Amino acid sequence: MPATSHGTAKPAVAPTRLRPAVLVVAVLGLVAVVSVSTLLGAANLGWTRVVAEVWAQITGGRSPLSATEAAIVWEIRLPRVILAGLVGAALAMAGAAFQGVFRNPLADPFLLGAAAGAGMAATIVVVAAPSVTGWIIGPLPLAAFAGAIGGVTLTWLLGRSAGGGTAVLLLAGVAVASFLTAIQTFVQQLNTDTIKQVYSWMLGGLNTTGWREVLVTLPYITLAGAVLCLCARLLDVLAVGDDEAASLGINPGRVRIVVLLAASLATAAAVAVSGLIGFVGIVVPHAVRLLAGASYRVVVPLSLLGGAMFLIVADHIARTAFAPAEVPIGVITAFTGAPFFLLVMRMNRGQIR
Amino acid sequence: MSALTLRGVTARYGSRAVARDVDVEVPAGSWLAIIGPNGAGKSTLLKAIVGVVDHDGEVLLSGRPTAALGARERARAIAYSPQTPQLPDRLTVTDYVLLGRTPHLAPLARERRSDMEIVEQVLGRLDLSSLAGRTLHTLSGGERQRTVLARVLAQQAGLLLLDEPTTGLDIGHAQALLELVDRLRTEEGATVVSTLHDLTLSAQYADHLLLLDDGEVVASGTPEQVLTRPVIERHYAAAVEVLTTDNGNLVVTPTRKPRP
Repeated sequence: MPATSHGTAKPAVAPTRLRPAVLVVAVLGLVAVVSVSTLLGAANLGWTRVVAEVWAQITGGRSPLSATEAAIVWEIRLPRVILAGLVGAALAMAGAAFQGVFRNPLADPFLLGAAAGAGMAATIVVVAAPSVTGWIIGPLPLAAFAGAIGGVTLTWLLGRSAGGGTAVLLLAGVAVASFLTAIQTFVQQLNTDTIKQVYSWMLGGLNTTGWREVLVTLPYITLAGAVLCLCARLLDVLAVGDDEAASLGINPGRVRIVVLLAASLATAAAVAVSGLIGFVGIVVPHAVRLLAGASYRVVVPLSLLGGAMFLIVADHIARTAFAPAEVPIGVITAFTGAPFFLLVMRMNRGQIR
Repeated sequence: MSALTLRGVTARYGSRAVARDVDVEVPAGSWLAIIGPNGAGKSTLLKAIVGVVDHDGEVLLSGRPTAALGARERARAIAYSPQTPQLPDRLTVTDYVLLGRTPHLAPLARERRSDMEIVEQVLGRLDLSSLAGRTLHTLSGGERQRTVLARVLAQQAGLLLLDEPTTGLDIGHAQALLELVDRLRTEEGATVVSTLHDLTLSAQYADHLLLLDDGEVVASGTPEQVLTRPVIERHYAAAVEVLTTDNGNLVVTPTRKPRP
């Protein structure tokens, strides 16, 4: 070991922490995924010509693309890629947060009824007042937020009344999600004039995306992400149980409410623009745990970045695999997510009751 | 001065009183063991002292009522390990022990170098340094109990509340753990309040025993005063013999009539 000039030897034990190198790799990965997904698409523009277009935009030179082709890149592809990233980040960090709050490895915004609650509430707003749906602060995001909180609260209360175990909570979540989705479908069927508008996102689609959707979600997801990253250490404390957490001087109830609000906000913002996309909240946080450690100080920020990457890739497959037809993105995430769910279930056997 | 004083403490879940009207003084640096049959209210009394179960009456720490302390201030004075601690499977030993620093950190702050130095010292002291990077689900029973104790020590509180710290340990590991607690008490002046199932071990390690039966204090005093055959037979409904070994250790052993 090289001698140091000062006597400030670092402690030999190190906590699990987000190391700068890991963060840099994750951010570079995200930039790479965004770039590739923007360069390649269903419309065959040729990636070299897209690179030339980007270069032309930066330097003010001449672009090889026509105005229509340039619009495909800037007005269709790029916002869609960015929105996929935002939605993926939101769902993955919400999944991680729900898992921490409920001490339940299988918790996920989709399975807890949060997504279904947001979807139902958003549908009701779309049907009742289709003209207000584009507002950043307005009835649609607020209703989706309230719906997400309502859904997860209902699941939690029902789960607790039936014993409160891991499996019971998920069963309650399945029942709540089915019920809220049924209400949503019912409301839709009564209002066939807006059915197309509702249907486009209910299947889980990012194909109607523009910059407007990015603007609608960005503030909410940023806020939720900031709160969850700040609360990550407290989620580690919650993991030892409420009595012990309280004996360590924190208020478990208060932490739980703050985290639930932030996770519901992220879920609502994601669902309001993309519909119901499952399994992101399971796949990404568990992949992070396997690769980088189980402390929430690593799991929350890396889920955010990993979720963005995961959903951009999934959406890329959705829009290019059978171009010009699109596969619903929920189908792609379920293809990877459902087997992963079973894997996580097996890994945690003995703990799920 | 007493490190811990209970004055008329009744621990309750809602309106249901579980331990009633407990008075006791625990001098600084001493060890109080709360004993009693299953369901007597031992664990609940500990939880009332640490403040996670409601109570009537007064809990005083070095003369100051805990009711006047904030949650974090109280957590810096009292460390607690529950009977069945939850050890998150995939957390590392270091991360877990670091949780003990929580009351010393602002709610949203991250740990400082001094916190890591304390964690390192505690791990070294409990012979856990080689396990620092291991995840909790890979530890043996004895290693788990020591890790929990390390988490308690990292809290640097003067009063340690240990609920059945030897649960699940064989006689050798139980002894090693209690010796360790005893060393901390004598070397660092910590005050210990523990519940213990094993009457012989409680006689050998504690200075003072408090016997609870159905929520009431039925005996309180030195091991020799409390652990007598009639008292144990009455409150545990057990057939026992109380012996004193050649070197003065008190031993409580179950007895059985020979078959006819």
